[in-house]
Amino acid sequence: MSAINELYQQLILEHNKSPRNFRTIEHADKTVEGYNPLCGDHYTIYLNVKDNRIADASFQGAGCAISKASASMMTSAIKGATVEEVESLFQKFHAVVTGKMGPDPDVEDLGSLGALAGVAEFPARIKCASLAWHAMHSVLHEMNDSPKTIVTSDTTE
Amino acid sequence: MKKNDSAMMMDVDKRVRFDIERIREDFPILHTLVHGKPLVYLDNAATTQKPLHVIDADQRYYHSQNANIHRGVHYLSEVATFEYEKARGKVKNFVNAADNHEIIFVRGATEAINLVAHGYGRKFLAEGDEVIISAMEHHSNIVPWQMVCAEKKAVLRVIPMNDEGELLMDEYEKMLSPKTKFVSVVMVSNSLGTVNPVKDIIKSAHALGVPVLVDGAQAVSHMKIDVRDLDCDFFAFSGHKVFAPTGVGALYGKAEILDRMDPYQGGGDMIESVTFEKTTYNALPYKFEAGTGNIAGVVGLGVAIDYVRRVGFEEVEEYERELLAYGTTLLSAIDGVRLVGTAREKAGVLSFVMEHVHPHDIGTILDQEGIAIRTGHHCTQPVMKRFGIPATARASLAFYNTKEELDALGRGIAKVKEIFHA
Repeated sequence: MSAINELYQQLILEHNKSPRNFRTIEHADKTVEGYNPLCGDHYTIYLNVKDNRIADASFQGAGCAISKASASMMTSAIKGATVEEVESLFQKFHAVVTGKMGPDPDVEDLGSLGALAGVAEFPARIKCASLAWHAMHSVLHEMNDSPKTIVTSDTTE
Repeated sequence: MKKNDSAMMMDVDKRVRFDIERIREDFPILHTLVHGKPLVYLDNAATTQKPLHVIDADQRYYHSQNANIHRGVHYLSEVATFEYEKARGKVKNFVNAADNHEIIFVRGATEAINLVAHGYGRKFLAEGDEVIISAMEHHSNIVPWQMVCAEKKAVLRVIPMNDEGELLMDEYEKMLSPKTKFVSVVMVSNSLGTVNPVKDIIKSAHALGVPVLVDGAQAVSHMKIDVRDLDCDFFAFSGHKVFAPTGVGALYGKAEILDRMDPYQGGGDMIESVTFEKTTYNALPYKFEAGTGNIAGVVGLGVAIDYVRRVGFEEVEEYERELLAYGTTLLSAIDGVRLVGTAREKAGVLSFVMEHVHPHDIGTILDQEGIAIRTGHHCTQPVMKRFGIPATARASLAFYNTKEELDALGRGIAKVKEIFHA
């Protein structure tokens, strides 16, 4: 498969077309905006956390296929996971899309998120894939309970 | 019969002068392979490529001419000063200014506008005064005025535009009042390609004694500039958008206004005498050129100007008009593609959006085909907001582009549609 077809594989196009958990959560425990000022990608991530687990996760907003598919897959992947499991998933995902795992990483434990591994071949697009993740990660580990945070990919990558 | 002969002669002459193959030979970077495919460079509104003449001038300067200017009595300093001031003369002729000392060298259009906002705006604006800009300004012609307006409690007003991306001149006329103290407008929009009727804008402002700055960043590579015909008070442009190096540009200002303004920065070269009690400023243009500037860049700008003048603006305008019309027809014919910016008077820019495909994804797929375009808001977020879109894909032209390259763009877009099943 060519690099471009690897990047835009069916699963990603499908998540882009019909994103999962693409809704708001009223009175969510945590709300965070992820914004890439360079390209204008802009998402709001909603999280409900109960007993150290992600009880619900959703997102809203607009951006490119990579950022939208990534946000969609992320919300599906973290739902039901413990905060520690989310942390380890975040680290693994980040390592894969930034190419730190080498050219042919083992992504079996990432499930469908492995479809985003092709992003590593496109340095200009790594920020797209990681935008929602950085936003989610920063708000999950936020100690103070500020109701709304904005995370820009400028400061996070 | 005789008339026909001379017309034919002229045609032949024109063809010889505007030989696209020869012109492309002058730009070595155009022969680059990108992902194994010939580069199709359609990001000229971001920056233009440089001809060999400019690249060689940079080398030559550092090989055999480098010294600081206006300082030493030694040979190299005289050579460098001579080359630097020779370039000033070339810029003066390029924009048809009346005098060399009306040309101030700066880092680029952004610095030129900041210089005026600072040197004129901060000195002459007062509470309640109004500054008029347009709805299609680059951030560099918005933010400096916002800053000075906030400081002086002045009001920033914006000429609106229609759905084609044309300024509503009636609204502008209504906006002008005794409160208006400055007008700053873009000549060619970088995100829409609209060529604005700056001459009319200037005429109306001058009827009230209001000075006008023209942001010419996108205009200089596409059309002949005549600041005296426009009668603008200031004209700003960047060298790198007209085939010169980055980090250099020029501000034209009418001498009588520049004389009344405060310096932008203090330092060396801009002073007449300094004591710890008082400093008196140097004469124009040095009053505005504090510190050692980009001397090699200025020399390169002079060489780039020589180059475009040799190609000839008459030929450039005619060739680019044809190219733009060809690209407009080509993109309009593709199902699912919509052009953003469809003004009657346009230059060099084909901004577009596609149904169901974000511009960023278009940019990545085209890049794999060797095609360089810009995607995003193009530093014109208010324009994006006006059209209700987050971003556009933008193909922007220079005279070294060809119809074949636009065909490649068309094939690239077909590929985007194929991948996205759009």
